[in-house]
Amino acid sequence: MRFFKEYLLPRFLQFLLVTFLGINAAFFIPRFFSSDPILETISTIRSHGTYLDPGSVEKIISDLKQLYGLEGTLGQQYLAFWRRLFRGDLGLSFFQFPEPVVRLIGRALPWTLGLLLPSTLLSWALGLLIGGVGGCYPERRWVKVLDVISMLVRPLPYYIFAFALLIVFAYVIPWFPLGGGLSIGRQPEFSLQFIREVLHYAFLPFASLTILGTAVMYQMSKLIVQSLRTEDFVQYAQLGGVKGRIIVFKYLVRNAMLPLFTNLVLSLGQVFGGAMITEIVFSYPGLGMLLYNAVVQADYNLILGITTISIVAVTTGIFLADLVYPLLDPRVRYQ
Amino acid sequence: MKLIRDLFRDYRFAVSFAVLFGLVSLAICSAFSPYDPRRWYQVPRDQPPSSKYVLGTNSKGQDVFWEATFAIRNSLVFSLIAASLSRAIAILLGLIAGYLGGWPDRTLTFLTDTFLVMPLFLFIVLLSMLLKGRLTLGILGVLLGFFGWAWDARVIRSQVLSLREREFTKTALLSGMPTLRLVTKEYIPHVLPIIFSTLINNMSWAIGMEITLAILGLLKMDIPTLGVMLRWAISYQALLLGYWWWYLTPTVLSILLFISLYWLSASVSEYLDPRSRLQRVGVR
Repeated sequence: MRFFKEYLLPRFLQFLLVTFLGINAAFFIPRFFSSDPILETISTIRSHGTYLDPGSVEKIISDLKQLYGLEGTLGQQYLAFWRRLFRGDLGLSFFQFPEPVVRLIGRALPWTLGLLLPSTLLSWALGLLIGGVGGCYPERRWVKVLDVISMLVRPLPYYIFAFALLIVFAYVIPWFPLGGGLSIGRQPEFSLQFIREVLHYAFLPFASLTILGTAVMYQMSKLIVQSLRTEDFVQYAQLGGVKGRIIVFKYLVRNAMLPLFTNLVLSLGQVFGGAMITEIVFSYPGLGMLLYNAVVQADYNLILGITTISIVAVTTGIFLADLVYPLLDPRVRYQ
Repeated sequence: MKLIRDLFRDYRFAVSFAVLFGLVSLAICSAFSPYDPRRWYQVPRDQPPSSKYVLGTNSKGQDVFWEATFAIRNSLVFSLIAASLSRAIAILLGLIAGYLGGWPDRTLTFLTDTFLVMPLFLFIVLLSMLLKGRLTLGILGVLLGFFGWAWDARVIRSQVLSLREREFTKTALLSGMPTLRLVTKEYIPHVLPIIFSTLINNMSWAIGMEITLAILGLLKMDIPTLGVMLRWAISYQALLLGYWWWYLTPTVLSILLFISLYWLSASVSEYLDPRSRLQRVGVR
């Protein structure tokens, strides 16, 4: 009970509050700007060369107001927004008209999560292990090589790194497809060939996210372990004759895990954005590509929907990670 | 002199200094450009690199080399604006939260944490979308500056928190030094190394964000920056047509810029404060 009251409850409340604030920001930001999505939509329609008489412009304006939830005062809009949100209704996409935003996002989300979850977990585990062992033996040659590689990869932003991989492994050496999630016209089926194709298409975006993530985790884990190595408890264990392997994994890596985990959790929002950027480079059919299309077509409803869902996804991810944390840190468990 | 010799002993500093020096000279070269970067069809189109056009020409009839000099200049300028603004916010909030403690600290820390965990990229896209067409370099710098401070405010706060417990704070307060002077005269010098290294890292973040926004087509496409150059190359299918000099120029330049900025900040902050290494790689 004490664990529930002192650990879980505050985190749950914070989760609710952060989600609430984020969604509010997504609601209010567009309304602070004079730019009017409705007038912009109409001018887009006009720029396609369609003639609109004043009557139909009026009709379109009132239809769009309804569509975007822009009827009534700000307070009414706000209440209506939350009411719709709880019903799981994010409005309709304007450019893929009567398609609801929720369904578009629902189609894209599995792709993003399928890319994001394995690459985040893998880069976390890899970075922790390699960095931890590297921190114990900083004089070995392979550690120095990895140091230089991580110093080169770490500062690159998601877009540039993914783009460089695309140029090298899809254009110069055509090992992987130029983009997309599946070859055109391919229907999902349960067969070995289909799975192989999915993996083939996912490889470059996956590699790009994993390598960048691992470089960050590697550097951190290595530094933490290096500073832990001189601590008294480690030297005591060494003098007491504890085996080297046990010191590395049970004493050092195990201890580096906690700050690294906290860090992973805090950077989840950034990683999420990074996955979306990577998808844009590889035209991977996830949320990032959906966002790209929404931006190109100025589909406000869709962008708001993506932002809302992403906020919920990230804060939920952080909350779930908070639930896992006691498993890693016995101090929380036995509090 | 000794300081410079010490710094150059670190190979990372020497390399990044040389590369940055080259890039900044390129940026300065833009002042002597024979072409106006906004005008099209000034030279023959799609020429590969030659003695006349060092880096070839693009499908818009512009000389890629001179276009690149403007791109570097503009990217550096707006990232400096963004990084300085977000530094100002980070220092202010970090100092206030760290020094005052209590409820201002709790409120500000909550605000910072909220900023930290949000998928900011989406908010930046949303805002640029609403500002579309009005996103000049200055406005872009301010916009990115408003989003880049959270992590650094946290670091500065924790520094001030530990400074506040140190003896000299009590000595200064008891001898009647005004709080404002204590903060500016005593605390700011202590956090300067962190401010410097985060300034550079933040510039790098802003340039990366700009490239992404340009690819999304949210920037004014007539002001050349690294991202805008790349976007033009991609939208003219330079990759498929094999105009490697066009798409590789902004890519390679930005890779050089990112790596050298990172190495510079790493070696300088390590020199100024060896203990800051843990913080620099972002251990929270």
